[in-house]
Amino acid sequence: MTSKIVMSGVKKSFGSKHVLKGVDLDVGQAQSMVIIGGSGTGKSVTLKCVLGIIRPDAGLITVDGEDVAKKRGRSREALLDKFGMLFQGGALFDSMLVWENVAFRLLRGPRKLSKTDARDLAIEKLRRVGLEPETADLFPAELSGGMQKRVGLARAIAAEPEIIFFDEPTTGLDPIMADVINDLIREIVVEMKITAMTITHDMTSVRKIADQVAMLHEGVVQWSGPVAEIDTTDNPYVHQFVNGLAEGPIEAIR
Amino acid sequence: MSFFVSFLASVGAAVIGLCSATGSLVLFAGSGISHMVRPPFYLPELGRQLIRIGYFSLPVVGLTALFTGGALALQIFAGGARFNAEAVVPSIVAIGMVRELGPVLGGLMVAGRVSASIAAELGTMRVTEQIDALTTLSTNPMKYLVAPRLLAATIAMPILAFIGDIIGIMGGFLVGVLRLDFNPATYINTTYGFLTTGDITSGLIKAAVFGFIIALMGCYQGYNSGRGAQGVGRATTNAVVTASILILASNYILTEALFPA
Repeated sequence: MTSKIVMSGVKKSFGSKHVLKGVDLDVGQAQSMVIIGGSGTGKSVTLKCVLGIIRPDAGLITVDGEDVAKKRGRSREALLDKFGMLFQGGALFDSMLVWENVAFRLLRGPRKLSKTDARDLAIEKLRRVGLEPETADLFPAELSGGMQKRVGLARAIAAEPEIIFFDEPTTGLDPIMADVINDLIREIVVEMKITAMTITHDMTSVRKIADQVAMLHEGVVQWSGPVAEIDTTDNPYVHQFVNGLAEGPIEAIR
Repeated sequence: MSFFVSFLASVGAAVIGLCSATGSLVLFAGSGISHMVRPPFYLPELGRQLIRIGYFSLPVVGLTALFTGGALALQIFAGGARFNAEAVVPSIVAIGMVRELGPVLGGLMVAGRVSASIAAELGTMRVTEQIDALTTLSTNPMKYLVAPRLLAATIAMPILAFIGDIIGIMGGFLVGVLRLDFNPATYINTTYGFLTTGDITSGLIKAAVFGFIIALMGCYQGYNSGRGAQGVGRATTNAVVTASILILASNYILTEALFPA
């Protein structure tokens, strides 16, 4: 397996709060890695460290063997071109139409297309995530939560990234819509041969979209392995989390 | 003794906090300026901001200038009457509007309107992760969000101040002619003959600096907004208050520099 993203000994503190205490993670090419863990265990911080939005205090993060921390200016933009991200709340630009959101990368920068081509491509991507072309000319505020998630997904895949991050993709959705989004993610990851990193609490999501699972707790990866092993592992953290037990090494009151 | 130590500690903490806030503001401003002058430039975004900041502030600045010019004429007339110097009304209205009141009052009004709106917009974008989303779309938020706003406000504010100057002088003219029985032609001739290019350019330089401060404080507070509705609310208030204070302080410094005693 070729490694796409490697994190070793990544540490990050905010004031006296030590969020990441040495995270080691290896995500293989075209693999879907799901990070599980309770709220406030540093899952989002882990993703943001890879993207360079948050600068780690220590440790090394590489993407395709290149050190993320050393990237500045244009070379950083080139690195970010490999990424797409679906945010928890969608993070759609509310001053722009849906199609302008989806085609954001294609309306400016090195991969700029003409307005008509960018719009056509946006409509094609909207179709891919199950949205009608009519939604293209609406504003994000006019869409339901589920539709906003789909638009976010269309935006993440619009520029054909090599890696996609999904930040709690099913949070705030009804179970049926959550299942639709899970199916879409799985399809897109397989179809586009994308490397995916997802953070979630939702075990249904984990079982649907993961190849590999990593359990993050107290700032370190407590366990990682194939999704098939999450029910059989004797790791007490994974056992407690997967079965949703109040009793166990993870304190219920945090 | 322990009271003294805790007093010193709280003073020290406040000083450290002030230094750190000043440092981060200066770094933010430096980064904003460097993105203003380095490509790529987001021209459509600049155009949008010029309209939002400049064009839509016209009514506020125009009305402020109109009433200020009128009130100024009345005050100077009443004050001048004490030593039979009513005739100075056109000159003092003109110099007062162009050098001070046009840029300063215009700046304060625009600070209220624009700093607040920029801080609320960027703060909401921060809270809803739209700023992080920009980064993941290979777009530097400093370049895409901050630089066009800084540039637009720095360009728009002198234009607004210039229009404000004209409207303010017109306010003085209307009051002078309709209420104080000045001859219209004499009023205009006196104003025109008295004002120098230096008076006008000094006011416009001030306005450009105020424009930069207005956008800078809005962007800085919004960009670094705290979480939730409370965070955005605090960012908006801080933006208006700090922009207003910085405008008044820098006005004094600029006046000293431009018109040394």
